[in-house]
Amino acid sequence: MKRPVSLKINGRTYSAEVEPRALLVQVLRDDLNLTGTHVGCDTSQCGACTVHLDGHAVKSCTMLAVQAEGFEITTIEGLAKGAILHPMQNAFWEKHGLQCGFCTPGMIMTALDLLEQNPDPSETEIRHALEGNYCRCTGYQNIVAAIKAAAATMRTGRSAGAVA
Amino acid sequence: MATLFGSGIKRREDPRLITGSATYTDDLKLPGLTYAAFLRSPYAHARITRVDVGAAQKAPGVLAVYTGADVKERLVPVLCPWNVPGCDLKIPPHPHLAHDVVRYVGDGVAMVVAETRAAARDAIDLIEVDYSPLGATADPEKAAQKEAAQLHTEVPGNIAFTWVVSGGDAEQAFRTAEVAVKERIVQQRLLPTAMEARAAVASWNQGAGQLTLWVTSQNPHIHRFLCSAMLKLPEHKVRVIVPEVGGGFGSKIPAYPDEVLVSLAAMDLGRPVKWTEDRSENYKVTTHGRDHVEYVEMCGTKDGRITGLRTRVYAGLGAYASTGAPGIPTILHGLVYSGAYTIPNIHGTIQGVYTNGTPVDAYRGAGRPEAAYLIERLVDIYARKIGMDPVEVRRKNFIPKDKFPYTTVTGLTYDSGNYEGALDKALGLLDMKAFRAEQAKARKEGRHLGVGVVSYIEICGLGPSQVAGAVGFGGGLYDSALVRVYPTGMVRVYIGASPHGQGEETTFAQIVADEFGYPVENVEIIHGDTETTPQGWGTYGSRTTAVCGSAVKVAAQRVKEKAKKIAAHLLEANEADLEWKDGKFVVKGSPDQGKSFAELALMANVAWNLPQGVEPGLEATAFFDPSNFVYPFGSHVCTVEVDGETGQVKILRYIAVDDCGPLINPMIVDGQIHGGVIQGIGEGLQEIAIYDEEGQLLTGTMMDYAVPKASQMPHVETAHTITPSPVNPLGVKGCGEAGTIASAACLVNAVCDALSDYGIVHIDKPLTPARVWAAIQKAKGGVA
Repeated sequence: MKRPVSLKINGRTYSAEVEPRALLVQVLRDDLNLTGTHVGCDTSQCGACTVHLDGHAVKSCTMLAVQAEGFEITTIEGLAKGAILHPMQNAFWEKHGLQCGFCTPGMIMTALDLLEQNPDPSETEIRHALEGNYCRCTGYQNIVAAIKAAAATMRTGRSAGAVA
Repeated sequence: MATLFGSGIKRREDPRLITGSATYTDDLKLPGLTYAAFLRSPYAHARITRVDVGAAQKAPGVLAVYTGADVKERLVPVLCPWNVPGCDLKIPPHPHLAHDVVRYVGDGVAMVVAETRAAARDAIDLIEVDYSPLGATADPEKAAQKEAAQLHTEVPGNIAFTWVVSGGDAEQAFRTAEVAVKERIVQQRLLPTAMEARAAVASWNQGAGQLTLWVTSQNPHIHRFLCSAMLKLPEHKVRVIVPEVGGGFGSKIPAYPDEVLVSLAAMDLGRPVKWTEDRSENYKVTTHGRDHVEYVEMCGTKDGRITGLRTRVYAGLGAYASTGAPGIPTILHGLVYSGAYTIPNIHGTIQGVYTNGTPVDAYRGAGRPEAAYLIERLVDIYARKIGMDPVEVRRKNFIPKDKFPYTTVTGLTYDSGNYEGALDKALGLLDMKAFRAEQAKARKEGRHLGVGVVSYIEICGLGPSQVAGAVGFGGGLYDSALVRVYPTGMVRVYIGASPHGQGEETTFAQIVADEFGYPVENVEIIHGDTETTPQGWGTYGSRTTAVCGSAVKVAAQRVKEKAKKIAAHLLEANEADLEWKDGKFVVKGSPDQGKSFAELALMANVAWNLPQGVEPGLEATAFFDPSNFVYPFGSHVCTVEVDGETGQVKILRYIAVDDCGPLINPMIVDGQIHGGVIQGIGEGLQEIAIYDEEGQLLTGTMMDYAVPKASQMPHVETAHTITPSPVNPLGVKGCGEAGTIASAACLVNAVCDALSDYGIVHIDKPLTPARVWAAIQKAKGGVA
């Protein structure tokens, strides 16, 4: 038996009829066509599905869509302002922090949560913060470099670059 | 004018990937889309005695249910096209869905197609199957024993093949050797774990009689060929589209039954069908890697001259022969037994064994990491035995840099190399002398420091098509590019290879832009659609840049030659009097008179004023078939500290010096090395696919399989030496697999060095704390 949900995502309100058992990530992807959020596992390890709820990183495979009502949800699609990339997106681009790109949306959302709590993390702190986000391509090295670079940019409040 | 070749520019792929606007296969939606799910065997080996799909057929939203009996006659069994010759290879039938016997946990038993994903999954649970269990083992050595349960009536003793590589006289060498060492080495099964699991969307146009298959593939043209054969459709009626792919590492080379079954259902239903693997399914069904049990020996003189290498290998193939499976432990493994050394006598006997495990196929490096690992472990074990520095043993046996091209006793001709150069650079970055002093000091304090050195070679840039034919590879190994120039001068390049994270949309654009005197933005690289791209053979075996990149270069040169003819005509000069300068064809001596590439592109495309005999349009296709493989090489050095109380290994430094020829985009190359090294360290430290005695996969989810995490992995220091390859116009070699080929051996060498004061010679990877601790206890004479 489906039930209606109203979800506030990236500043827009979406309405959908969903099964109560539907996971947030399924509704984002299948019902609302927000396919930038990915699914890489079925046991909450990989973090490819990470989104923000009221600014905090949450694995959208690990909650029901009906539980997300009332929160401000942000997905990867909500970060750039038109052609202006978020500094974190820009840093991943600049530092070659991605290869196949599948884990990247989740990495970026987790990294932003980290910087919210710790604006100047060390390499060790960054690596620990990525505990719940797997990447098979990069060996994490340039992801760490990207997050460090983004942290520096965001601290000084420099404006981000544009999509070329 | 500065060239783009050699410049670490930002990737052109990234804007879509960092904004969530890339389209992976599961992101696709088509009108009327339906969803497939599979019922898979919970038994490793069992006879199916009853299948009842009645309740599933009646479940809400279900459109069709298929069993093995339903599809048996309609499909050609799953194909394995690598028919390695001279080894009595036996490829038993591989049904798309099992109809009498299941042979591994995950073997397909039924498929449901329904209106929603959830409905398909719900209906799977309503299918009743009775199984009568049979004996099983997923261990390749056990499966090769007489008492083992038989998987296929066509394959006595489960032996798929016995392949021998031989050069010189190994028997004589061992009989007369001053020193010989031997070891049993297990190269464990691994789960490739591309972050995107597999997916397929099939759509059938009844009127056109055409199938379109969107699929997670590393090689769309191979998928087209194999799927058309299995579906009994003409090849030109099958279009394969590969959208964004979230990593492959070899596991997206094969053509799998589920992709074919989804296609069949789309044809039956007249509606598109999508299937997306979940991770647990991926771990059970998508091909695994490695799985060798090896008995290996090395002999030599007391002063460090290696005289022989001998192996006996059980290579697990899993339950069926996957697409490339027979070639991996043979052609891609045994032939490179000489490594970086002048080993005069080599003999290897490799038996491919069917087991009750998931089929094994290419996994990053595919056969070559297993070879590098056993060679580099043996060099260290031999060095220990004769009391010589393992670095000196390597130096003493290197193929000298003035001996290239060099033909090994296994019959390969290495194109180029300077092994000592890479080793010197790596040792210099470490300061080996200082580390040895630190190690000695630590020992006195009861701490265990160690250093591992590896000098690897790999066979890459697969490869000459004539050789592909000779070794039974069921296809060519050239690759292709079509360079098409539009009237405004903008360029699209359609390539036969199929990158999925390696960055060739950027590196290939750099090649073309340089050729035309353009900014990189004027060039777009298109891949992954058999309808638009010329015949190619895909992205694997570190071949894309060496082979397909060379095709791009040649096609761009052909376009430029035509542009030059037009320039000569417009400038009223002889072609011979023109030169290419600052992005223009100019008349020598009159640099003011010139035609840019964009001006010539316009004239070629409008054709208002062309020289006599020159056709309108500006495009060229090139098929590049290399004259030889390329042989990248390098030296990696790793230092570790091992906790003698807990067995915990801590990596102190990891230094990678790789020679893949000239670097087109150094940033991208280093990214490939980082990722490759970490995958090999994962293999060395923590990754293992475990089956129990009955063939149950115990590491069936990401909770159980130890994918490397950021906090567990070291920073990798990279450097390069540059030895251009003579076999392609770019001089490039390949870097995608290098890191993985070197790093597992490097790590294990370091740990065994750290534990040398316990007399520990070898510990099988992965070096989990439990294994290391047990080895220490055993060495101390305690109970482990």
